Amino acid sequence: MRNIASPKRKLLLAVAAAVLYAASVAGTPAKAAGEQTIETQKWSFSGPFGMFDRGQLQRGFKVYKEVCAACHGLRLLRFRNLGEPGGPEFSSAAVKALAAEAEVQDGPDDEGEMFTRPGRPSDAFVSPFANKNAARAANNGAYPPDLSVMAKARARGPDYIYSLMAGYKETPDDLELAEGMSYNTAFPGHQIAMAAPLDDDAVEYTDGTAPTLENYSKDISAFLMWAAEPKLEERHKLGFRFMIYLIILAGLLYLVKRRVWAGLKH
Amino acid sequence: MAHASSYRPNTAIGKWFDVRLPVMRMMHDQFNDFPTPRNLNYLWTFGGILTFFLVVQLATGIVLAMHYIPHESMAFDSVEKIMRDVNWGWLLRYMHANGGSMFFLAVYIHIARGMYYGSYKAPREILWVIGVFIFLAMMATAFMGYSLVWGQMSFWAVTVITNLFSSLDSIVDGLGTAVVQWIWGGFSVGGPTLTRLFSLHYLLPFIITGLVILHIWALHVPGSNNPTGIDIKSKSDAIPFHPYYTFKDAYALCLFVILFMGLVFYAPNFLAHPDNYIQANPLQTPPHIVPEWYFLPFYAILRAIPDKLFGVIAFAGSIGLLAFLPWLDTSKVKSTRYRPIYKWFFALFIINTLVLGYLGAKPAEGMYLLFARIGTAFYFAHLLVVMPVVGWFEKPSAMPGSITDDVLGKGSGGGRPSAATASPGRR
Ligand code: HEC
Ligand code: HEM
Repeated sequence: MRNIASPKRKLLLAVAAAVLYAASVAGTPAKAAGEQTIETQKWSFSGPFGMFDRGQLQRGFKVYKEVCAACHGLRLLRFRNLGEPGGPEFSSAAVKALAAEAEVQDGPDDEGEMFTRPGRPSDAFVSPFANKNAARAANNGAYPPDLSVMAKARARGPDYIYSLMAGYKETPDDLELAEGMSYNTAFPGHQIAMAAPLDDDAVEYTDGTAPTLENYSKDISAFLMWAAEPKLEERHKLGFRFMIYLIILAGLLYLVKRRVWAGLKH
Repeated sequence: MAHASSYRPNTAIGKWFDVRLPVMRMMHDQFNDFPTPRNLNYLWTFGGILTFFLVVQLATGIVLAMHYIPHESMAFDSVEKIMRDVNWGWLLRYMHANGGSMFFLAVYIHIARGMYYGSYKAPREILWVIGVFIFLAMMATAFMGYSLVWGQMSFWAVTVITNLFSSLDSIVDGLGTAVVQWIWGGFSVGGPTLTRLFSLHYLLPFIITGLVILHIWALHVPGSNNPTGIDIKSKSDAIPFHPYYTFKDAYALCLFVILFMGLVFYAPNFLAHPDNYIQANPLQTPPHIVPEWYFLPFYAILRAIPDKLFGVIAFAGSIGLLAFLPWLDTSKVKSTRYRPIYKWFFALFIINTLVLGYLGAKPAEGMYLLFARIGTAFYFAHLLVVMPVVGWFEKPSAMPGSITDDVLGKGSGGGRPSAATASPGRR
């Protein structure tokens, strides 16, 4: 009547279907945003064994510091993070020097006054504007968002940031851009209040990497991915050990279970 | 299942305890020697898996709560700081977030198992009803937990769901508005709302724990159902829970944990919505407000009804009706295995629920809305019409005489291939 293997197979199928289903519904809302052109890139950090490329993170940080930092904050990062394992891994002397370039507000002092001092590695990155209104006032009414978790706050984060940076194309003739807006093929609606921040030769690279828009876009995207997920490498490394352990455990449990059940009369 | 106690304390301290507080005797009789049908398949391992996830959520949640700050301007950053500055914080947070999803995946399989094998039928009605209460409490807990992140989706999901109570305005003018403002603790979702959601998110899991204890108690009075739906009749129908099911459950749990930790380590945000990494902004409504995946079928039902109040009633009814299955199902046999007609309706019901879930993630317009309406009608028709009517006229197919007959391939089942005599563990 019933095939002995079938209930189990059916069960496996059902579980697989449930997982696929969860995956499909989780993936769907993201696509609804419309005709954005997002180019998939090869990232050193994707996949279960993915790790960041130190050189790329250091270059990406340079791009951020010299270009994006004029408008965008990274409030969740601290200077010490730049020297921690799994990140750009700047030397501790370099981290101290980078921190000291920042003017950090501190206080109140003994007289009750606030004062500024050079930054320390334990300080957070200083945002370029005192508040949202100041940011808007300086940017034509548009607000340049903090980039700390940007790579997680957009569907296909790093690919999206890459495509956004490289997406400033010739405005089509039939499109009337609003005042102060730029045409961008990756941005939803194609009109963005951020003027193209990067172009070839905008930032000097000292490690021999070609100073092209393409490379800048890749490097800043990888850097922002690290900024959003600084524990990615630790996660992948621990995951590998954990999964091996679990798979061996599952195999052993299966064998024990089989032995236990083999004793049952049938 | 009531059975003679086989516990024999053999240490002095064991004997001392046994006449004062016989917990060891209870553990032994309920989880070691407990007589269990010998033919349970892997769908019966999800009870253990669910218990495991309750513990995971409690353990990770309590540590998260030590670092989390339930304040409207600090909550979002505090979650990120947990992941950056707390030792193993990223692991705790991703386990807690994905653990919620796994909890629901397991509970849906668990509920579908109960529906397929008629596990809600006498004498397990109370067991089933407690299960529905656990499911409701889980939904409330997960909803409140999701709001704590205080991202855009958190904020707007809370706004949409709490606003449902304003539908009471159409019964008593002003009542709904008053209730909603009472829930919010103000005139909009804000800081006071967040602190009460946090307080309740901490409380409810312990209520769930209490319900789970009652659930297992109610299970251990009649004992487990099984794929045939036939009661245990003789000694050979049952085996002790330990070691047979302890090891089977442990093996299945391990496989499920591989799926869980695979998500945590390699795709921790796969089931999350990117908008929830944008800090809540009361002035900016996201283009699509979608709940977490596990709420989607019910969200589709809510939006399928054009009238707000009736939408809320349908939403509540779609879950609440489950509690009445023991009385809506008129079938003489428990297991759908022996129900040639209902089998097909059951398959349709599952597919329909999945389709509703898909539609719940889509905008409620055009064809999506039309299909959501058809799916909603079908959902209720299944519970209110198919279950009573089919059970009443359907003629069950031939059944084995006992659990043992089913396992050993004797009885009316007949014609089993010889490979079928492998151990029941291979089923
Ligand atoms: C002159 C100021 C300025 C500079 C420099 C600048 N941006 Fe922007 N950026 C903006 C503004 C303004 C917006 C808001 C755009 C909008 O909402 O239309 C924005 C938005 C963004 C967004 C969000 C887009 C979205 O999906 O909402 C990203 C990502 C971004 N910028 C990345 C960068 C990067 C990377 C750099 C450095 C290479 C950079 N920006 C440099 C002003 C700037
Ligand atoms: C039934 C058990 C539980 C379920 C289903 C559950 C579910 C959830 C969910 C879905 C989230 C949102 C996760 C995210 O997207 O980041 C969350 C967050 C949270 N939960 Fe729970 N939870 C449970 C138990 C607990 C317990 C017992 C505590 C302890 C107090 C707790 C504390 C927290 C905290 C502090 C957060 C916010 C931090 C974060 O987002 O990671 N939870 N919960």
